[in-house]
Amino acid sequence: MRDDFVAELAELAAADERVVLLTGDLGYLVLDVFSNRFPERFFNVGVAEQNMVGIATGLAEAGYVPFVYSIATFATMRPYEFVRNGPVLHNLPVRIVGVGGGFDYGHNGITHFALEDYALMRAQPGLTVVAPADSAQARAAVQATRELEGPIYFRIAKQGTPVPGLNGRFAPGRAELIGDGADVALIAIGSVAGEAQRAAEMLAEEGVGATVAVVSTFNPSPVEDLAELLGGVTLAISVETHYLNGGLGSLVAETIAERGLGCRLIRAGVDATPRGLAGSQRFLEDRFGLSAQRLAATVQAALDTATA
Amino acid sequence: MRPRHLRLEAVIDIDSTTTLADGIRRTVIEQSKRANVGHIGSALSIADILAALYGGVLELPAAGPRRDRLVLSKGHASLALYAALELTGRLPSGTTGTYCTDGTLLGVHPERDLDGVDFCTGSLGHGLPIAVGAALAARLDASPRRVFVVMSDAELNEGSVWEAVMFAAHHRLANLVVILDLNGQQAMGYTEDVLDLGAPAQRWEAFGWEVHELDGHDTSAMRATIRDLDFANGAPHLIIAHTTFGKGVSFMQNVIDWHYLPMTDEQYGQALSELRDAAV
Repeated sequence: MRDDFVAELAELAAADERVVLLTGDLGYLVLDVFSNRFPERFFNVGVAEQNMVGIATGLAEAGYVPFVYSIATFATMRPYEFVRNGPVLHNLPVRIVGVGGGFDYGHNGITHFALEDYALMRAQPGLTVVAPADSAQARAAVQATRELEGPIYFRIAKQGTPVPGLNGRFAPGRAELIGDGADVALIAIGSVAGEAQRAAEMLAEEGVGATVAVVSTFNPSPVEDLAELLGGVTLAISVETHYLNGGLGSLVAETIAERGLGCRLIRAGVDATPRGLAGSQRFLEDRFGLSAQRLAATVQAALDTATA
Repeated sequence: MRPRHLRLEAVIDIDSTTTLADGIRRTVIEQSKRANVGHIGSALSIADILAALYGGVLELPAAGPRRDRLVLSKGHASLALYAALELTGRLPSGTTGTYCTDGTLLGVHPERDLDGVDFCTGSLGHGLPIAVGAALAARLDASPRRVFVVMSDAELNEGSVWEAVMFAAHHRLANLVVILDLNGQQAMGYTEDVLDLGAPAQRWEAFGWEVHELDGHDTSAMRATIRDLDFANGAPHLIIAHTTFGKGVSFMQNVIDWHYLPMTDEQYGQALSELRDAAV
């Protein structure tokens, strides 16, 4: 997904000379597709994320559309206050690109996991959060948000394996539905949506009908789409490589509560600090119940309990 | 009693930066008393700096994109900025009378929604990185506009400042001018006791900046120094303005209390009296 995102960004830059790219000294080789083509609009600011966001603020005030690039945890948490007091308070079109959310940098260990970025970024009014599920959706998102006046945070996964049935659909504030099963709704965000979709296929083999809802944005959040979906099922499971609080699971819980829906919610996510747990993305996602097998098992257990 | 807000702009000749500085000080004292808020010493410290900038340095042809940018990084001295904007006609007469009232655009730290303010500031260490971006934008635009930043000395405690210092030097942002309000005080003590700044000129020179030092209350020296800067080529510029915290009000000068404290009626009377005498 990362490569596709940067390639699409280069296309955006070709069409829009306001686009500039700043990196906090990350993206070796990955950013060449942009920097070789637009060297005068590419700046490696060094390992200095606060300054990078500050510079982007100054550039955006003068009419540019700066993309700032780093690993998700460094792109969001280190300069968080600069994001708030800069592009958010000034409503400027700064694009914060956080690569490798969740456990994408699994072998790098906990300092490299971004497990609270949705919560942090969605807390800021006017900051649009975009987390594509696959490469096609990432490309669509770059184009669909190009004229957005305010700031955007993109959580971009390293891998962009297509989510079957999604077909690159992307619309801010909408949930893209795959399937129409009525037994359970699997509501997922980011590249882990692929695991949710595979879980739905496993459940189908067991005779359980699932609808997968792929959420790709907060602010706007797809509240109407979710409310409609949640009104028609008795069980929903939110799926995100993120801590349990503040992200997609919280959005779904807010929707259920505020709309007075009777749906049960299980929040799948990271329930504890993954200290001392480096490993592959697959290992870590499975460990925290986010693999297709474990998601399917969680749903099955909940349905069994409900009918027991 | 609500003090009368003097309409000074009628008597200010903005070519006379000394008079403008006097007016800024008067407004700072009057409005901080009316609002019963502090940050008085910090605002008085930069009255002459802002008078020099607004008295002929800044190129502000309407509010177009080609105007010079000013970032008041020490946002807590905003009242001095509001006064300068009002006294030079960039804000309507009487605007500073809304300082710190409910629903005002004139809070203790400046907001961009106010005419004449380019950036929200108040979180120390944020202004210079923004200014670097503004200077970079001017270069990309091939625009002659310049970017001025007024920083506090204690702000140099912030690590983000040094990130921006390095970037500006590396990219030779000659259109960037930092004016360092070196008054030697911060919120809870003297800078040399909190985190000694050592020799700031040598530090910035070592980082690749061109450094000038002057009396921060000498508006003529400030204007002359800025006039002679090369904004097209070379290193970014630091002007170390040696200032007196609380300048112009004897009992405030170099006294830490006046970072936060508001004035009593008696102190207010004395402050106004001293300013009046100095202005004659």
